[in-house]
Amino acid sequence: MSSYNNNSVRLNAATKVAVFGGTHGNEMSGVTLVNLWMKNSDEIQRKGLETKPFITNPKAVEKCTRYVDTDLNRAFTAENLSALGGKDLPYEVWRAQEINKMFGPKGSPDAYDVIFDLHNTTSKDYFNLQMMNYVKVRRHPQLRLEVGPQPQGVLRSNIFDSMRMIIKHALDFIELFNEGVEFPPCTVEVFRVLERVDYPRDANGNIIAMVHPNLQDCDWEPLNPGDPMFQTFDGKTIHYQGPGTVYPTFINEAAYYEKQQAFVTTKRETLVASAVKKS
Amino acid sequence: MQKHKVDQVGSLSVCSILNNPPAIDACRRYIETDLNRCFTDASLSVPLTDSSPCELRRAHELNSLLGPKGSEQAVDLLCDLHNTTSNMGICFIVDSLDWVSFHIAKYVQRKMPSSPVRLIHINVSPSEAYSVDSIAKHGFAIEVGPQPHGVLRADIYNMMKEAVDHSLEWLNKFNAGTTFEGEDVEAFVFEKSVDYPRDPETSDLMAAVHPKLQDNDFKLLQHGDPIFSLFTGETVNYEGEDLYPFFINECAYYEKRIAFHLARKKTITLPPISMKKD
Repeated sequence: MSSYNNNSVRLNAATKVAVFGGTHGNEMSGVTLVNLWMKNSDEIQRKGLETKPFITNPKAVEKCTRYVDTDLNRAFTAENLSALGGKDLPYEVWRAQEINKMFGPKGSPDAYDVIFDLHNTTSKDYFNLQMMNYVKVRRHPQLRLEVGPQPQGVLRSNIFDSMRMIIKHALDFIELFNEGVEFPPCTVEVFRVLERVDYPRDANGNIIAMVHPNLQDCDWEPLNPGDPMFQTFDGKTIHYQGPGTVYPTFINEAAYYEKQQAFVTTKRETLVASAVKKS
Repeated sequence: MQKHKVDQVGSLSVCSILNNPPAIDACRRYIETDLNRCFTDASLSVPLTDSSPCELRRAHELNSLLGPKGSEQAVDLLCDLHNTTSNMGICFIVDSLDWVSFHIAKYVQRKMPSSPVRLIHINVSPSEAYSVDSIAKHGFAIEVGPQPHGVLRADIYNMMKEAVDHSLEWLNKFNAGTTFEGEDVEAFVFEKSVDYPRDPETSDLMAAVHPKLQDNDFKLLQHGDPIFSLFTGETVNYEGEDLYPFFINECAYYEKRIAFHLARKKTITLPPISMKKD
């Protein structure tokens, strides 16, 4: 096998890995998988590494709701992680502090090497690793794995199986990496987020239009200036007026209505990932 | 949020109501208990106390406003709008053998030939009828899916709006003296429900709806067809009489222990119908 020594990035072995489910309590694939693995984790164990399955937001899972007080997946700010108040804090802020103690602290050498955080989306997002596996291991040891479309509170077999398979491959990769396999450089197509687009709203903040049928379910397909974007309740079309072609995603995600987001626009880029090898 | 509003649509006085405002505010199915199971005679006659669930209170309120159920004062017709995560297209759900509702369903089917419009009959006695539309003299639910909870899809909205518009059109034609001829209509008559395989101790799910059944509402399910995919990888096959599944993998039914319903397909002969002339 050719060696890429001159350009390889050397990284430490990943020996502590976690798989999180239930960060949003109604995203059922991660909740179901992690519950299964908590009963029997054989499937996710690999030689040389400890993989811990963990339900991050048990109260939200019990209520089958995204969150109880505040979005856990927006709670890991420096301010929240150092806030005082213990159990008087909003539930998810307290929970973020607990998780940070168990799997962090964030930024420290004791932190877990890799965390997979399992999510679902109502948008037709297929599966969307934020960045390729080993680029993330190099720079950001947390991978958010988002698979859709799946309604909140629903478990779809095809989505569940996809997520299970992706985690299996990801863990296989880490095992191979830890054994010293060198992964060659590669190019990766990524979609870099540009901006959030909200729904048209009236003066009171109520939504006055819906994602247009021509845009609905068209995640990752080009949206050109002049293309239909929203449809008002009485049937009029609102067109996209941006300067150029964009690639929308998270189109009509249920949880983002309250975050003022109908979809995000992205642009397509190619990234070059260096070879990686265990140091 | 405006809770209700009355408009004149031709000969019709149409009251539009948001039935469960606190649940809408929370974007949840219900706050304490499912409102659409609170309209049996028993529930409507139970005395309210401080600990009565808010939805039961609301059911009593709606019964005063739009009923009372079974009385001459009740509104003529109630149409209750629902969505489902199941791939059911447009369904008219009717409790009793209500010819008005069946005729309306058939009319809408004819007016929307490129949309899947089906008629579901839940055969339940008036006193046992639990849904809000049972308050009125004539009533049905329009159920449209698939749509995730908390999401507004334009295609689903447009279908529902069109179905409501055609229903109101039928009513105006009826009031203008039209006789709607007798004809046969195909209906799916509820037979039974099937739950997920569950852990006998914890009741946790042990399977998901099989990919071959998922999204195949109203396609005949035959003995031996796959219905569940266990998390261990095995398949569970259907055993029983060939029937038609619907409400397959409806999110809100996990807690009701329903993975899907099964129905028998029947042809119902509708009599001609027209307005009584004094």
